Amino acid sequence: MSVDRRKFLKIAGLASLGLALNPSDFILMSPAEASSGKSLPSSGERLGMTIDVRKFKNDADYQRIIDACHSIHNVPTLIPEKNDIKNEVKWIWTDTYGHTFPEQINEYHPQDIKSKKFPLLCNHCDHPPCVRVCPTKATFKSKNGIVSQDPHRCIGCRFCMAACPYGSRSFNWVDPRPYIAKRDPSFPTRTMGVVEKCTFCVERLAKGLQPACVEVSKGAMVFGNLADAHSKLRRVLSTHYTLRRKPAVGTMPSVFYVIGGQDYAG
Amino acid sequence: MLDKALKGSKRYWTLVVILLSFITAGFFAYLHQFENGLGVTGMSRDVSWGFYISQFTFLVGVAASAVMLVIPYYLHNYKAFSKIVILGEFLAVAAVSMCMLFIFVDMGQPMRILNVMLHPTLNSILFWDAMVLNGYLVLNLVIGWTTLHAEKKETAPPKWLKPLIYLSIPWAVSIHTVTAFLYAGLPGRHFWLTAIMAARFLASAFAAGPALLLVLALLLRKYTKFDPGKEPIQTIGKIVTYAMIANVFFILLEVFTAFYSNMPGHMHAFEYLFAGIDGKAKLVPLMWTSIILGVASLIMLIPPKFRANENILRIACIFVFFSLWIDKGFGLVIGGFVPNPFGTVTEYWPTLPESIITLGVWAVGFLVLTVLYKIVVSVREDLGTAKSEY
Repeated sequence: MSVDRRKFLKIAGLASLGLALNPSDFILMSPAEASSGKSLPSSGERLGMTIDVRKFKNDADYQRIIDACHSIHNVPTLIPEKNDIKNEVKWIWTDTYGHTFPEQINEYHPQDIKSKKFPLLCNHCDHPPCVRVCPTKATFKSKNGIVSQDPHRCIGCRFCMAACPYGSRSFNWVDPRPYIAKRDPSFPTRTMGVVEKCTFCVERLAKGLQPACVEVSKGAMVFGNLADAHSKLRRVLSTHYTLRRKPAVGTMPSVFYVIGGQDYAG
Repeated sequence: MLDKALKGSKRYWTLVVILLSFITAGFFAYLHQFENGLGVTGMSRDVSWGFYISQFTFLVGVAASAVMLVIPYYLHNYKAFSKIVILGEFLAVAAVSMCMLFIFVDMGQPMRILNVMLHPTLNSILFWDAMVLNGYLVLNLVIGWTTLHAEKKETAPPKWLKPLIYLSIPWAVSIHTVTAFLYAGLPGRHFWLTAIMAARFLASAFAAGPALLLVLALLLRKYTKFDPGKEPIQTIGKIVTYAMIANVFFILLEVFTAFYSNMPGHMHAFEYLFAGIDGKAKLVPLMWTSIILGVASLIMLIPPKFRANENILRIACIFVFFSLWIDKGFGLVIGGFVPNPFGTVTEYWPTLPESIITLGVWAVGFLVLTVLYKIVVSVREDLGTAKSEY
């Protein structure tokens, strides 16, 4: 039944648009699929991440993952003190529980949850709205689930920023190069007028490495293949209570936040 | 016929020079933006679209409104519009030109804008918007120019034009529907995620566009030999009245859904726009101005006695235009970005360069409009047909 419905919606979607070049980015979910929370693929590769905020003990723990990412990706430091906050570019950063899960907070939550900082980054959604709206395919989804951005094709229309429900995208309002603290020659810098965001360290994955933030997280972040039932990632997910941001928007993020449950012993 | 634009009164040339000076200022401000990036605007990571995109959205509506003259004249054979329908078509040409320029000045990488055509992406509404806007520009230019040419030669317009005219009717609806879809299909923006968006866009367009056209027609009557006649003006007044009522009704539907359901996400943008959140209330005075102008315009428009008075009708139309300009050319786009995805409020206000560029684009549109209207008036003055018999 759900297959039929899915098929029907797919055909209807295609028919109404004439022809979708990459239908996989455009398929609508059946209501059942959207509400069940069932999105783990059973085969192939679907990269994802868990973030156990309980393992971040102090500010240095957060700063380490941010620095690890921003330093190797030549992310400019447009600092708030210089009133540059409106031009800010960030790939990974932190915010409170209430800002991370704005529809899932209640006033009686324990104070430590409410004041806890949560690392934020691109969710590499199953159904990424940014990919759906991009008029040039500068933003696209790879087979392994990574949502990538081609800065050379981006026209800077910022439709993806309006579409992203997570505020994960940054635009280069000014030339970023003068603001790069220490340029890493092994990674390209960006030009003014294009959008950028976290790439799940696709360049490190190609070398068999973990994403930079995961590597320095001292086990607080686990990265792996959601499609592999035996992966470490899946074991964390099946033994902990996790949340994804804004489940109501149907994007199916592949970043999960560990809120409670037993400690992962492996 | 273009030569008609090269011979004109002192008043005509004064207007052209004034518009050209605004365009020049806008051009230099744009060079500044081109050199230093969109950081020279008031836009930010949180409010990533601003004045440019909101002007674009408003002007798509002005362009689409030509259909309010085309339908009565061509489908219902309403002869009273015979002199004025071309004003609507040329207003659409000017408005679409502005739309395209506003999109262009909003691009972070304007030199790559052709990527939209080079890598056509059918799942992107922006791609479709580019298509329908270009098509609408060509349609109105061809239709307006060909009918005027036939009028000048005192012959009937060629037969092939009729299908294009009929095509332009659904096309006009499409440009504003597709523009509404830019907003109405985004899952994370409660203020925009509403099925009535396209209908509301069309209603406000069919009020603001004809309101502007009415004011322009009265200006032409004052300063040239062109006279639209009494009856067409009254008919346009009626169109504006009904469309404005529909528009206000649609807005009230939004307010009901947001506040009766008590869904926080649906209420936040309204709260920000009309009351402010956490003391952040930059748009509040503007939004209430829009409400007051809108209500005042309806008081002047609905009683037939008031509307029949051209002075009152003109003021009402100016009110309608500015009320909707604030509502759509400001509140709708900015309101969608507030609060941001984290539930916090970042405010937006256009900067000086941004405002000068915006004025410059409007000046380009009005220059196009001035030249096209000048040609229309001159052709008819030569023929002695500048005065409507209605």
